[in-house]
Amino acid sequence: MSAALDTHGKAHDGHDDHGDHGHHTPTGFMRWVTTTNHKDIGTMYLWFSFAMFLFGGAMAMIIRAELFQPGMQIVTPEFFNSMTTYHGLVMVFGAIMPAFVGFANWQIPMMIGAPDMAFPRMNNWSFWLLPPAAILLVASFLVPGGGAGVGWTMYAPLTTQMGPGMDLTIFAVHILGMSSIMGSINIITTILNLRAPGMTLMKMPLFVWTWLITAYLLVASMPVLAGAVTMTLTDRHFGTSFFNAAGGGDPVLYQHIFWFFGHPEVYIIAIPAFGVVSQVIPAFSRKPLFGYASMVYATSSIAILSFMVWAHHMYVVGMPVAGQLYFMYATMLIAVPTGVKVFNWVATMWKGSLTFETPMLFALGFLFLFTLGGFTGLVLAMTVVDVQLQDTYYVVAHFHYVMVAGALFSAFAGVYFWFPKWTGKMYDETLGKWHFWLSIIFFNVTFFVQHFLGLAGMPRRIPDYALQFTEFNQISSIGAFGFGLSQVFFLYIIIKAIRSGEKAPQLPWDGADTLEWTHLPTPAPYHTFENPPTVK
Amino acid sequence: MSNATPTHNYYLPEPAAYPVIGSVGILLLLGGFAMWFNEVALGPWSSLAGLLVLIYMMVLWFGKVIGESEAGLYTKRVDVSYRWSMSWFIFSEVMFFAGFFGALFYARLYSVPELSSIDHKLLWPDFSPTWPSAGPGAEANFTPMGAWGVPAINTLLLLTSGVTLTISHFGLLANNRGKLILWLGLTILLGITFLGFQAYEYSHAYSELNLKLTSGIYGTTFYMLTGFHGFHVTIGTIMLIVIWFRCLKGHFRPDHHFAFEGVAWYWHFVDVVWLFLFIFVYWF
Amino acid sequence: MKKIGGMAGAMLLSLYAGASSAAWQLNLTTGATKSTQVIYDLHNLMMWIILVIFVGVFGVMFYSVYAHRKSVGHKADQFHENTTVELIWTIVPFFILIAMAWPATKALIDLRDTSNPDMTVKVTGYQWKWGYDYLKGEGEGISFVSQLSTPQAQIYGTETKGENYLLETDRHLVVPVGKKIRVLTTASDVIHAWNVPAFGVKQDAIPGFVRDTWFRAEKEGIYRGQCAELCGKDHGFMPIVVEVVSAEKFSAWTGEQKKAMAAAADDPDKKWELADLKARGEKVYAANCVACHQANGQGIKGTFPALDGGKITTGPVKGHIDQVLNGKAGTAMAAFGKQLSDTEIAAVVTYERNSWGNKTGTVVQPSDVKAARK
Ligand code: HEA
Ligand code: HEA
Ligand code: HEC
Ligand code: CUA
Ligand SMILES: [Cu+2]
Repeated sequence: MSAALDTHGKAHDGHDDHGDHGHHTPTGFMRWVTTTNHKDIGTMYLWFSFAMFLFGGAMAMIIRAELFQPGMQIVTPEFFNSMTTYHGLVMVFGAIMPAFVGFANWQIPMMIGAPDMAFPRMNNWSFWLLPPAAILLVASFLVPGGGAGVGWTMYAPLTTQMGPGMDLTIFAVHILGMSSIMGSINIITTILNLRAPGMTLMKMPLFVWTWLITAYLLVASMPVLAGAVTMTLTDRHFGTSFFNAAGGGDPVLYQHIFWFFGHPEVYIIAIPAFGVVSQVIPAFSRKPLFGYASMVYATSSIAILSFMVWAHHMYVVGMPVAGQLYFMYATMLIAVPTGVKVFNWVATMWKGSLTFETPMLFALGFLFLFTLGGFTGLVLAMTVVDVQLQDTYYVVAHFHYVMVAGALFSAFAGVYFWFPKWTGKMYDETLGKWHFWLSIIFFNVTFFVQHFLGLAGMPRRIPDYALQFTEFNQISSIGAFGFGLSQVFFLYIIIKAIRSGEKAPQLPWDGADTLEWTHLPTPAPYHTFENPPTVK
Repeated sequence: MSNATPTHNYYLPEPAAYPVIGSVGILLLLGGFAMWFNEVALGPWSSLAGLLVLIYMMVLWFGKVIGESEAGLYTKRVDVSYRWSMSWFIFSEVMFFAGFFGALFYARLYSVPELSSIDHKLLWPDFSPTWPSAGPGAEANFTPMGAWGVPAINTLLLLTSGVTLTISHFGLLANNRGKLILWLGLTILLGITFLGFQAYEYSHAYSELNLKLTSGIYGTTFYMLTGFHGFHVTIGTIMLIVIWFRCLKGHFRPDHHFAFEGVAWYWHFVDVVWLFLFIFVYWF
Repeated sequence: MKKIGGMAGAMLLSLYAGASSAAWQLNLTTGATKSTQVIYDLHNLMMWIILVIFVGVFGVMFYSVYAHRKSVGHKADQFHENTTVELIWTIVPFFILIAMAWPATKALIDLRDTSNPDMTVKVTGYQWKWGYDYLKGEGEGISFVSQLSTPQAQIYGTETKGENYLLETDRHLVVPVGKKIRVLTTASDVIHAWNVPAFGVKQDAIPGFVRDTWFRAEKEGIYRGQCAELCGKDHGFMPIVVEVVSAEKFSAWTGEQKKAMAAAADDPDKKWELADLKARGEKVYAANCVACHQANGQGIKGTFPALDGGKITTGPVKGHIDQVLNGKAGTAMAAFGKQLSDTEIAAVVTYERNSWGNKTGTVVQPSDVKAARK
């Protein structure tokens, strides 16, 4: 271990304003409210996102319970619609995105040898904007008319019919957008400006690269979403005609703007997940990542292409054939760089020395099931096939494969992988494996059958269905309850590990070779790299 | 700086309450808007409170940043961070405007012509797709805003302000305080004049041209684009004023004045957006 | 390994789905048109290609998982790039994609061709029912509204569910077999989508815009579909039923419809009595208004206002007629002026003003509505 471990050595440094003023560092609750430390902020992001995951998951349970059998049993149709809406919004904006921002906060400074994020106070604000957004979202259930039942895509002009809950949701989206933009600017600046000497761009761990690209996607796409919901707001309250044909506008305009954001958004969810997996697979293969450079190029191509394919969500709005063809080809093209990534991961494992601790299991689960979800994406990309499948459960199955078995599994992999570094404790390996196997089995029980429902024509976003869909829906609901309980079990594993986990060894994974493992003690101290390491 | 390694001594601020104050402000402001728009009596008050809290937070926060900067805590590397972040912030603003311009182009090139196509005769038998248009469902009884009156003057004002701002920057670089303060002051005046003209234009449009936010897609895009731009000019002007006072207080050195440059970037950005507005909203 | 087996099995199974029962349908329908057959074949082709790639890629991965384990003593190699291999696996997928895009392009161009129809039908989406207008071809002028006929009792479980639960309507769209039908879609309130899987047709119905699609059913029969774009509360309850009949039957049907329409046409100048009008109004209300305002006139708190004791329903008649004729922009309250006749509006307004706790005693005559239309 190098001198960089001596993190308190800075006390004799007159210029350093930090900590040596004899300043009272706030404690207790105020410590978290006022913190400027990337690790604290990362921790808050991760806990917040997990809470949101449970909240969004509980809504999914209501959806699945209502769909357990035909007929209306538990909720009203309006409430069902709002469940679908907020399940989607909360999972995407509240659970998955903040989870990966949490990873970014913890890991990026440690991985590039930076003392912290470039703008620690703004970093804190990025996090503390999330609770107001969550409050507005929850409040929308409590106002007259209840939550908006418009789907997470919030298509006009249905949005103009909703009550005040819609306005609260719109403002929540604005706040989430602010948070994401500030967070992204912070991440980009940190990566571009605070790397340790010798840490060239092409030496950065792939996780850092994926976040650089994701942050770019966020800065480019979130403002567009903010614009779209702002237009919705003025159409609702100020008599504008953006999405109103009588005034010369067009409801489809909303969809174009939304998906110009929305498609990059799905890669905002996927790309950091690629990053985590690209750290985990080499570590447990004890072999360097295969094709590092091509990984960087592939990820960048995905990012660029993602702005050019948005209308594949709109094949049935009545585009000209030329438009449909263009969007079909462009969409299919994304399979090439994504394929490169899949092949590189497999090649990394090839002739490695593989072990299968929980992080690796989740990474493999990711690899296998994400690819499956990617393939169904390709099926949807075929315009004529999509005409049969658009707005059916096939789409629901597709995106849960890429987002749950993809992004969420990768987040699990990341948590297990870095948990010892963050806390200095080990989780219980047996329980971790249980978590994995329960998750992957119940996940497939829940979502695999939804492909069949979609192929047979069951529309999505319906609270009740025709009798021939009963069997598969029952299977899916049972799977969903199992999957949900497995996640409660995950909470148990984490709490148990924090409270009574064994002390983690300095290097719990012998294949891990990035700075946070090689240059820092386990657990990582509160302040790291105030003297940057030199990277060869 | 005597430090051997460049990131060493990167200024890391101590814990601060500004962010959470800001969050409370945002919650009050936007929650207040939501109430206001739905006729809840508390709404305007909540919004006002939120705005005040936000202003309070900004005064504190920016005051702190200015203090830190003047105390020499910001090394070259911190300066580079500010440059990156300002560039990306402006990029995000570009994308924001891109969304609204997208709406304008879409309406002009796509939805308005489409609404008068053969099939659409079924719904709108006598709509003709001329721009400016209020759409097929309303009578187009407004007069569109011409380009060569106030808007042209405004274009000149903004373009000139870009030049004056650059001259004042040269003053700063040459350490010529008088030049700096004079030309920066002029820039501010130009900005305020611009806003005055725009306010006049709006009232003229409402009272004489019958051109309103509700005048179909033309009114919609006209007011949203110019309104958002005007909002940005307002912010830019406030920033210029803050900078001007800082100049009066003797802040900034020829080799250390990112705050000035950042504001200048922002001002030029607002300028360029206006050019697009002038061409696509007013002129063609 | 087992998973691959399972996957492959499921996919193979899916190829035989056409023959399996509706409840366990595993693949797309082969449907009743040539388009659905084209789509079905294209989808199967995709599945085969994907299956091969999948088995290839994960065959390698699982082999590695099996053979390159640390626990069997495998030592890690340290290679980490190989330009040739990387180029190959960038270029080969590209060609595979071209192989997929080729048939997909052909299919798309064929399927989008709506020219030279034998008949044109306009389909209008309303919250939450479908309006059909026969515009051109045989049956021109026929126009009706079709909505869910499954009783509430089945939905709420107090009655056993029928065979076509949720997929049945009071009126069917009737079309002749073997004829090219062009469908124009539009909507009056929000976006809906007209979707009949057996025809391979799904087309958004967008308020204020007209879109088109087409089908040519090859087999007589009854085909069912559902609205496929979230359109509010009863999105799940606006099915589509199309009845494909022989040319003769179709002619007979159109004749009947025309006669029925003539008989049902109300004399717009007739003066009505309160009781008759109220009875008529109750029917109109049940067909058009209950979904939101509920049978007891209480609406749904916070979303749909109560009409029982409402300000407008007990206030001046003019405002009431106006509300129903023109709706309220920006809310779910649609303008019923185009959907309902003067008589129907007069009836429903009269009904609302004299039902539940409302006792205004007003009788609104069709002529009043006619006057209000201008
Ligand atoms: C993490 C999120 C994520 C990711 C990564 C993807 C990835 C892809 N998605 Fe998906 N998608 C969503 C999230 C995501 N999607 C969501 C949320 C929706 C629904 C939104 C809503 O309506 O609510 C959606 C909907 C959606 C639709 C619209 C469906 C509809 O509404 O009708 C389409 C259509 O083209 C599509 C396509 C694709 C494609 C082609 C990819 C590709 O990127 C996949 C590429 C990957 C592979 C192909 C596998 C690996 C490749 C190889 C092994 C190489 C060799 C392969 C070949 C040569 C074939 N997606
Ligand atoms: C990354 C995002 C993400 C994630 C992680 C999930 C996770 C899950 N999703 Fe979701 N989903 C979306 C994103 C996501 N989803 C989106 C974007 C939509 C589209 C919305 C729209 O149409 O607008 C959607 C829509 C959607 C639908 C379609 C709804 C409809 O069309 O009406 C369904 C139905 O089965 C569903 C199910 C599930 C289930 C069972 C889970 C499970 O994985 C959740 C498991 C987690 C838990 C259950 C939480 C932990 C447990 C508890 C809190 C205790 C309670 C537990 C029990 C009682 C068992 N989702
Ligand atoms: C799609 C749902 C929906 C349907 C169907 C519907 N309404 Fe409404 N109605 C509404 C909503 C929402 C409002 C409230 C509008 C507002 O905010 O002012 C409303 C308001 C009204 C009012 C004014 C009530 C008041 O006191 O403010 C009347 C009268 C009315 N509707 C009559 C009818 C009649 C008659 C029909 C059928 C022919 C009908 N509605 C069908 C949704 C509907
Ligand atoms: Cu109509 Cu959904
Ligand atoms: Cu997409």
